[in-house]
Amino acid sequence: MLSIKDLHASVEDKQILKGLNLEIKPGEVHAIMGPNGSGKSTTGHVLSGREGYNVDSGSIVFNGKDLLEMDTEERAREGLFLAFQYPVEIPGVSNMEFMKAAVDAVREHRGEEPLDSVSFMKKARERCKAVNLPIDFLKRGVNEGFSGGEKKRNEIMQMMLLEPKLCILDETDSGLDIDALQVVADGVNALRDSGRSFIVVTHYQRLLNYIEPDYVHVLSDGRIIKSGDKSLALELEEKGYGWLVTADEEGVA
Amino acid sequence: MAEFVKQAAQLTALGPLTWLSEFCSEAQQQWLGATLPNRKVENWKYTNIRALEQGDYLNLATKAGDAAVSTESDCQKTVAICDIAGLDSVRMVFVNGELCERLSEGFDRLPAGVQLVNFAKTNSAQQDLIKRHLGSALDTTKHPFTALNASQLVDGVFLHVGKNTVCETPIQIVHLQATTDQAITIQQRLLVVLEPNSQATVVEHFPDSANVKAFTNGVTELLLAENAQLNHYRLNLEGDQTFHLGGVHARLAAGANLNSFYLALGSVLKRNDVVVYHAGSGAHCDINGLYLPRGNEQVDYHTCIEHAVPHCTSDESFRGIIADSAKAIFNGRIHIHRQAQKTLAQMSNKNLLTSNKAEIDTKPELEIYADDVQCAHGATIAQLDDTAMHYLRTRGVSAAEASVILSFGFINELVNDVKHEAIARYLRPFLAKSFVKDETLTRHIL
Repeated sequence: MLSIKDLHASVEDKQILKGLNLEIKPGEVHAIMGPNGSGKSTTGHVLSGREGYNVDSGSIVFNGKDLLEMDTEERAREGLFLAFQYPVEIPGVSNMEFMKAAVDAVREHRGEEPLDSVSFMKKARERCKAVNLPIDFLKRGVNEGFSGGEKKRNEIMQMMLLEPKLCILDETDSGLDIDALQVVADGVNALRDSGRSFIVVTHYQRLLNYIEPDYVHVLSDGRIIKSGDKSLALELEEKGYGWLVTADEEGVA
Repeated sequence: MAEFVKQAAQLTALGPLTWLSEFCSEAQQQWLGATLPNRKVENWKYTNIRALEQGDYLNLATKAGDAAVSTESDCQKTVAICDIAGLDSVRMVFVNGELCERLSEGFDRLPAGVQLVNFAKTNSAQQDLIKRHLGSALDTTKHPFTALNASQLVDGVFLHVGKNTVCETPIQIVHLQATTDQAITIQQRLLVVLEPNSQATVVEHFPDSANVKAFTNGVTELLLAENAQLNHYRLNLEGDQTFHLGGVHARLAAGANLNSFYLALGSVLKRNDVVVYHAGSGAHCDINGLYLPRGNEQVDYHTCIEHAVPHCTSDESFRGIIADSAKAIFNGRIHIHRQAQKTLAQMSNKNLLTSNKAEIDTKPELEIYADDVQCAHGATIAQLDDTAMHYLRTRGVSAAEASVILSFGFINELVNDVKHEAIARYLRPFLAKSFVKDETLTRHIL
């Protein structure tokens, strides 16, 4: 599904990722944890093709294709989805218009007929209910005046509509109360299947109680310094990151 | 411009409205004595009206009113242009400055207490009302073109809504141009008088009818008595050869409420001077507006909100998208007089420039003489937001479509606030088409 090899990336000449390696197979859920500033969000931005995030070396192959050769929208059409840590407010553009444009673009790319507006509305309403957002949120401006939790649920709704192959959740749990966390986790779990993979970026082990990962990776200073199964997350919760980072530095020395 | 003043004064012989002759001849004297604005005058610093002098506009249309839409197919075409689906309005249609009776319709739907009539058809009671009010809301010395308008009046529209009368049916006044052999000048005039506790909706509609070289010099006066409520639209959709100078002068008595919406697609020049005078406590106005010039077009909005008495409020928001080598001017003045304590006044002007050669001259202007007021203003000039662009693209939307969606969203915020949904629905396609031709890029916003 996704193969990241020795990835080095920088923002405004500051090196953030320093040799990131990650292999993700279809159906797997990978959690990426790590201290602030370790490069977690940068990984998401680089994968999405955000301007200003420069790849200096290394490679990313997504479903057999060179991801770095693709524009942002092409990546999305190929099935990559990034749920934003801070979803953007776009007043004047309704959620529904936005999602119709997105779904049409993705379907066209897959060689499918565009959905007529009735079928689309039906689908959108279902997804809206699934994430516990009132139906009138479809008519409202994209994220306009939404609370933190509503924005995150809106991201999950978009993910459900676009049915991507690889979903990257960038701190989707931050700012959520327990009920909203449950809704988001239910949304993600409903999408889990053998053909779809997830990268869950988070600070807290709590989310991983709801979304059980197959692998947990610790990112520090732009590299993965430890990988394990879900028990690693529990260990981190208990001990923090300090011991790992120190051990890694000693190992390097 | 002195030559222009003289020639313009001779365009129409005084006289078609004999009962107004005193008013007209006084205006003619003012016009002949007027110094026309030039770029050394602050209010016209960024607005170039030389095209007016050079444009040879000083001719009257040879065919106007009913004579200009004589065939059945002309009629059908014209009706289609005027129609705002779902508005269910009473409609008065002017062609080249004259009333076209066969296209004007719906008068029987006006409730008792509402008089809607063109100046030429007024009875003597109506003429008395007009004489009492016409020109009372405006300062001719500050706005010299209003003197030209008054001196050359051949017709106008008078709307009078009696005390406690609510007119639910919107009144749509359409100004069309029909093809003529030469450039023409049209004087447009509207006088609205709302008596205490009355309500009405007026849509001044200038569609893109024929690509005619025309100079429209318009004056609209809105007089709102105590607690009257008016929804007012002025929609300038005329084609790119149009030269439009418009003035809207409103006067609000105590508790009156004016809700206005302005729109201008670009042309050689469209300038509207909007003056709202709060004359009675508790008066309120909302003024929103949009402008979308492109190519070499020029649009100019000069607004002036006068707060002369205490406890009044005003809320103003104008937005523009300026493309190609086009130019827009926004000057928003708020004047709070010494006795106008407890005034709440807000103004915002946001602009999107979509090309390196596009120009916006925006100037919020506050003049405050009272010490217990709240007055906020802001102006921004920007390009499309990178973060929002990226967000749309991460969902698979192409960069080209994302830029259209975001530009449209920027103006659609104000369109969404329009009181009459039928008008919002009517306007959206014009707005979308005004900055993108490719329909595949607008299919998701319309």
